[in-house]
Amino acid sequence: MVLSSKDKANIKTAFGKIGGHAADYGAEALERMFLGFPTTKTYFPHFDLSHGSAQVKAHGKKVGDALTKAADHLDDLPSALSALSDLHAHKLRVDPVNFKLLSHCLLVTVAAHHPGDFTPAVHASLDKFLANVSTVLTSKYR
Amino acid sequence: MVHFTAEEKAAIASLWAKVNVEVARGESLGRLLVVYPWTQRFFDNFGNLYSESAIIGNPKVQAHGEKVLTSFGNAVKHMEDFKGTFAKLSELHCDKLHVDPENFRLLGNVLVVVLAHHFGKEFTPDLQAAYQKVVAGAANALAHKYH
Repeated sequence: MVLSSKDKANIKTAFGKIGGHAADYGAEALERMFLGFPTTKTYFPHFDLSHGSAQVKAHGKKVGDALTKAADHLDDLPSALSALSDLHAHKLRVDPVNFKLLSHCLLVTVAAHHPGDFTPAVHASLDKFLANVSTVLTSKYR
Repeated sequence: MVHFTAEEKAAIASLWAKVNVEVARGESLGRLLVVYPWTQRFFDNFGNLYSESAIIGNPKVQAHGEKVLTSFGNAVKHMEDFKGTFAKLSELHCDKLHVDPENFRLLGNVLVVVLAHHFGKEFTPDLQAAYQKVVAGAANALAHKYH
């Protein structure tokens, strides 16, 4: 699903508004995902998953930073995410179904924090963006 | 069968009581049609679905959205028996409407996003988790009579 120029504009604007909160939103989305979809916890047996966990905060920052970088490289996601793509394919091997779950929780988080900006069009663009990122991250799985 | 603790049931019902169905009615169905445009395939006779504003403002979308939300509200009142509550609707969606049950999952998640949008921080991760169980239960119940 291709990102139109309107999608790209929406995504850039959204990330501009998210700004320095990307790390916090990453952590919140992870917490929402672990609570809403408990099967996702199977990938983090080594983590303290309790509320406020430092490990979840740190991991949320990783997720937030990666998405911010992706939003800056919309015309070349495969290149920008190549290392992460390798990591997910060869080391982490997170089942592809889970990307949808985290993507959903990221949308929920952004919607909760940006009521004025989260219009249906922006919602659609961000959903497409996250789907594209997910596709790139699973592109080397087989 | 979906299991809810007493606290979850109370929290779910309490939030739902605050949902302004008149305001929300266009939103969930409307956002489904905007974010996942292929779902428009079921609404050829709804008229103007050519733009985001046309979809959200479309009176048929709003009317149908209200039906859907009201039905959902009914499910919230009968959380011990989603399958019973949705049995007739399940048959209808299979035999007459021919809707792929995947669409119920999509709509359920759009509803969760709309709730987050409306309630902000009040829609905590715990409350979201409870609602994920509701929408999953509803989607499964709506698919249950498919054959």
